[in-house]
Amino acid sequence: MIQFKLPALGSDMDEGTLLEWKVGVGDTVKKGQVVAIVDTSKAAVDIESWQEGTVHQLIAEPGQKMPVGTVMATLLEAGEAAPAGVGAGAAAPAPAPPATPAAAPAPRRMISPAARKHAAEKGIDLDRVTGSGPHGAVTLDDVERAAAAAAVTAEPPAAAPGPGKPVDRTADMRRTIAAAMSRSKREIPHYYVAEDIPLAKALAWLQAANAARPMAERLLPAALLLKAVALGLQRYPELNGYWRDGEFQAEQAIHLGVAISLRQGGLIAPALLDAGSKTLTQLMQELTDLVKRTRAASLRSSEMSRATVTVTNLGDQGSQAVFGVITPPQVALVGFGRVAERPWAEDGGLKVLPVVTASLAADHRVSDGHRGALFLRELNDLLQRPEELEK
Amino acid sequence: MNTSEIRAVALATLLSIAPEVEADELRGDRPLRSQVDLDSMDWLNFLLGLHEKLKVEIPEADYARLVTLDDVVAYLQRKLAAQ
Repeated sequence: MIQFKLPALGSDMDEGTLLEWKVGVGDTVKKGQVVAIVDTSKAAVDIESWQEGTVHQLIAEPGQKMPVGTVMATLLEAGEAAPAGVGAGAAAPAPAPPATPAAAPAPRRMISPAARKHAAEKGIDLDRVTGSGPHGAVTLDDVERAAAAAAVTAEPPAAAPGPGKPVDRTADMRRTIAAAMSRSKREIPHYYVAEDIPLAKALAWLQAANAARPMAERLLPAALLLKAVALGLQRYPELNGYWRDGEFQAEQAIHLGVAISLRQGGLIAPALLDAGSKTLTQLMQELTDLVKRTRAASLRSSEMSRATVTVTNLGDQGSQAVFGVITPPQVALVGFGRVAERPWAEDGGLKVLPVVTASLAADHRVSDGHRGALFLRELNDLLQRPEELEK
Repeated sequence: MNTSEIRAVALATLLSIAPEVEADELRGDRPLRSQVDLDSMDWLNFLLGLHEKLKVEIPEADYARLVTLDDVVAYLQRKLAAQ
């Protein structure tokens, strides 16, 4: 019997609320299949199963809040018979499945961040708001209409059954980030190194590449930077993995957690999986998709839980440099500041070049500043050969 | 398409990316990205949205000219007129 437990979707998650089951009793579950949607303090997350089997019992019910590690369901392994008395499966359809709640589980809803924020401010229960956006998405206008209607009728906004108090996701997220970052600064002895990297070659290459691409397939400098990090980490495995149970566990795969800021405040760092093996075009497509889904609060558990290292990129609206706080149990964070033209001394002369400051915050229990500096040098070298990053 | 119609399309595209924006508070003559806090991905999606709605090609080499909302509207108007 396989116990399907609520996974930790990042070190900063303690509990989650089941929103919806995506499988029923008797269904066959394949590896990687989404079986449930769970609401965390950061987003509604598609929970994937990493084991195969047949759903025997759905224990958790939609709306139920539970700690990480709670057994949510049981699955039968291939060839395994259901225990006597608690049957399930195709021939005996759910003699005692958890009763379907009188109101069917609400389908997953798309809610714009601004709408969610406004609803929290106004005390509007989003479950009672009809969405008028694409695919029924709840927009800011919808919330404003609901707020206006609530004001006119003077009804308490949370009169609906179920958890009436509106969830202030922004405050929840702030608390979650506070807990994870406090733990990081308390437990991880950070060291920091930085390197200014000239990007003239990389940006010239990018400009030429983009000139030949349709608008929808153009690359951003971020894709080049991410690919360079992934390739660079292959030679510095001590920066890619986890500190667990008092020791470092290196990870073979390089899953880049990409820090994505949310418009209503806060950030999430879901993973670009196997970033080193992707072409630039693939990475760009996946980054675009990841940003879109992160801001729509629609992520998968594998993206939330599998990052082996984090990259934060302040972009062209940011500061010159960033020295990040490592996300435990990871052991490193790579930061990029704003790409800007700066004076650059080279070969006894001075010129003006686009430059980015790359930084590394790393765990001194695992690596030393010398290796960290060599990694940044490797990053620099890779970005001077942008054509090699395309593959 | 006149200036106000193009401006309306630009604002609608912007709101689809940054729904919290108060269109009335936007200054057309100030840098758009600093008023709205658009990162490079948002900016690319904004331009892509304009391209899809207006069928106007916006080469990357022209990005630097598109600083304010007024710049964007004037640029689009020129492009549409040339088609």
